[in-house]
Amino acid sequence: MDLLETFLTAAVRVATPLLLAALGETIAERAGVINLGIEGAMLAGALGAALGATAGGPLLGVAAATAAGLCISLLFAVVAVRFRANQIITGTAVTLAAVGLTGAIYRDAYGAEGVGLSLPTLGILPVPGLSRIPVLGEALFAQSALTYAAYLLVACCWWLLYRTSWGLGLRAAGEAAEHARASGVAVARVRMIAVLIGGALAGLAGASLVLAQVGTFAEKMTAGRGFIAIAIVVLGGWHPVRVALAALFFGAAMALQFLFQSFLLGVPYQLFLMLPYLLTLLVLAGAWGRTRAPGDLGRS
Amino acid sequence: MPQDPQLRSHGHALRTPLLALGIGLAVLVLGLATAGYPPLPALAALWRGALGSPDAILSALLPRAIPLILIGLGIGLAFRAGAFNIGAEGQFYAGAIAATWVGLALGTWPRLVAVPTVLLAGFAAGLAWAAVPALLRVRFGVLEVISTLLLNFVAEALVSWMVLGPLQESKHTYPQSDPLPWAARLPQFPGSRLHLGLLVALCLALALWLFGRRTLAGFQLRAVGLSPAAARVMGGVRPERFFAAALLVSGAFAGLAGASEVSGTTFALFQNLSPGFGFTGIAVALLARLHPLGIVATGLLFAGLEAGAGAMQRDAGVPAVAVYVVEAVVILTIVLADPAARRAGAAATDPASR
Repeated sequence: MDLLETFLTAAVRVATPLLLAALGETIAERAGVINLGIEGAMLAGALGAALGATAGGPLLGVAAATAAGLCISLLFAVVAVRFRANQIITGTAVTLAAVGLTGAIYRDAYGAEGVGLSLPTLGILPVPGLSRIPVLGEALFAQSALTYAAYLLVACCWWLLYRTSWGLGLRAAGEAAEHARASGVAVARVRMIAVLIGGALAGLAGASLVLAQVGTFAEKMTAGRGFIAIAIVVLGGWHPVRVALAALFFGAAMALQFLFQSFLLGVPYQLFLMLPYLLTLLVLAGAWGRTRAPGDLGRS
Repeated sequence: MPQDPQLRSHGHALRTPLLALGIGLAVLVLGLATAGYPPLPALAALWRGALGSPDAILSALLPRAIPLILIGLGIGLAFRAGAFNIGAEGQFYAGAIAATWVGLALGTWPRLVAVPTVLLAGFAAGLAWAAVPALLRVRFGVLEVISTLLLNFVAEALVSWMVLGPLQESKHTYPQSDPLPWAARLPQFPGSRLHLGLLVALCLALALWLFGRRTLAGFQLRAVGLSPAAARVMGGVRPERFFAAALLVSGAFAGLAGASEVSGTTFALFQNLSPGFGFTGIAVALLARLHPLGIVATGLLFAGLEAGAGAMQRDAGVPAVAVYVVEAVVILTIVLADPAARRAGAAATDPASR
């Protein structure tokens, strides 16, 4: 496998958790809810994946991660949607709670300064035929099952938003909640469900981080990926397909970081650690004016 | 007899925070019991660590309160203007780096000049770090929530580079800076770790309180936070200026906190210098309902909670991170119970005000 293929494969692997989380956040934001708690939901998903995989293999890990993401976002949904509290503050608090909870549970389950935990991971499932396509085949079709799930979810998400009446109601709730309410959309319920879907996907993102990328759990291991996913949603203009492309772009940027680290030995590696965050800021600044947020985004 | 509205509002002002704190502690006790820790010894350790002895108060609680009060004051100001600064952690580190850098160079200066210079360096660095999200928001419409958050990670990577690179100790053994020279250290009260930073924090709290109550700008700032459109039309103010200024000042306060931590408590820069001060600062500000004098009280309270959590980990084996859960519950209770906190920031996420 040559260098380009290795790089592209790494890019898609790194992009998978970002894509899953960003898709979930797309649904929530199209319904008018900005959920900073997905960072926490992803972290909870990561710990859920670790605990589940330890107890009963990677599949249980995936299920536990989804459930954990769902639980964390339920907390957000109740406070921010049901009781209409400020979404930004609620999201920050929910992430803080997840940091505390995962840290305490992790130390309780694996000991205070546990040596690197080694977990059973999801194997690579090459798609027969497709993975033989030159250059891109390996990168796109020799990944874990969660990457394929993410591809499917992009299509599902697009279909849900643009081809179902529920999706129409959801977009209406995000654009103009009062009008949607007047035309019979149960805004609060739609938003609640959108946030829960987002949380489940963020949990799944945590699972893919732990079970298909890193193979271990560490405290605060999501390191802002949930926040980057929120930036990806902006960059992708709140449209699932463009969000997927934006996630791949970020995956490539983060994979580039590994590539640089192994080639530019003289440069301090911390500078490369900053790269994805700085890139996010640059891209957000550049995206201004070209995309438009849902009209009622963030209004409780 | 009709009740004095002023009194009634004061009673109300205290009720919500007390409720929030009560629920937060109740959740802690419940969590301890579920996880199988006997709650009473754990709570006893919490008490000992926070208020159990003069030493606990002077060397654990009060020094810890200094960065929390400073950061809380800044966040309170920013939130009042509708600017969601979630990046105090990064601004704190920017201040700490600058203070260390300047402090190490000032060994031969008289202390009376060196210490203020060090603090000023931290103040300026925090301000500069917050200038990035302010500019991004005003010029490019990037939500400050996201940019301040992302810059936290950049700052952490920067500290990590500093203590392994340009600012690493001359022995090159550990990832930390050389200790600051005596001249660059904030004076400590004899026999304790409490330093003069407390006085700085208290003076700034008083200054902010007077600013909010007695000046036109303070009033306009609140107006901008409540409704930028109304402030523009009726008050003739330019909301983005207040917004940017509040963000800058809150960054500067966090930077000052970083400087005072390095110059008064640790005397050196290292990774994980902040145990999450930037996030605790949000809880500090919200629990005080953004009131500067209230922030002094809530800063002391959370400092006690965190100092106690340290003792709880040492003596009862309870992971200290559990205290984050208490903080989260406090924040959630406040935004749920307090209509003002719920409304705050309607402006910050209002697309019309971008």
